[in-house]
Amino acid sequence: MILSYENTAMLITNIETIPGQTITICHGVVSGSSVRSKHVGRDIMAGLKNMVGGELRGYTELLEESRAQATERMKAQATQMGANAIVNVRFATSSVAAGAAEIYVYGTAVTVG
Amino acid sequence: METLFLLAFWTVPIVLGYVFGRMAEARHYRSIIAREKNFVHLPATSLRTLLGNGPVARSELVTGSVVIAVDHFKKAASTLRALVGGPVKSYETLLDRAKREAVLRLKESCPGAHEIVNVRLETMPIAGSQPRQVTGVEVLAYGTAIYYVEQSAVA
Repeated sequence: MILSYENTAMLITNIETIPGQTITICHGVVSGSSVRSKHVGRDIMAGLKNMVGGELRGYTELLEESRAQATERMKAQATQMGANAIVNVRFATSSVAAGAAEIYVYGTAVTVG
Repeated sequence: METLFLLAFWTVPIVLGYVFGRMAEARHYRSIIAREKNFVHLPATSLRTLLGNGPVARSELVTGSVVIAVDHFKKAASTLRALVGGPVKSYETLLDRAKREAVLRLKESCPGAHEIVNVRLETMPIAGSQPRQVTGVEVLAYGTAIYYVEQSAVA
């Protein structure tokens, strides 16, 4: 079960530090992932878009939602560890099966002060 | 009759892709060039250190992503290209557009930032309903937006 920590202020960067602040405690790696598949309606729209080219807006939105959820899960894990920041965050994606994609986000949970 | 139908089945999507795909590409490039000019004041680097040296007020993770469709003309052109090898120009422009669009969206997500550091670009093919079929390409750009303390606030 995923608890909601959406109101928690968590500093997130993809560099080694939080500029202007010092890392006092390092808690270790935290990660979040989300696997989503696209629905048939979006698939049909994409089929039409393949005729004329251009952006597949439905897929862009789907992957953005998925990434937001993965980030939220990572934040929840960091909050549980007692961290207030996550540094050196990386995104990774992989196609698990036809029509489904895994979004994976990981970083190092730290306490800054 | 059957041959005619088969011929249409293969050529119509390719012709449609050629005509509309080129139009979409030209339109997209115009929009990219215009928006890139609006964002020259916001540098995005792949450096891990900051360009400026003033005190930092705030930093945050920012992302920008886009999925661009691979039209049937581009697919056919790459299949033909694979017979002889060499540069696949139809995909080069597609990926160039996707990357520039992703970076633009990255910048548009933080218009008040002073710079974006450690920008990374990731590309992922989007699989179609049939195996080995690619319907689109996703490009994700992410980095750390840096907001310096405003000089007027310091003084």
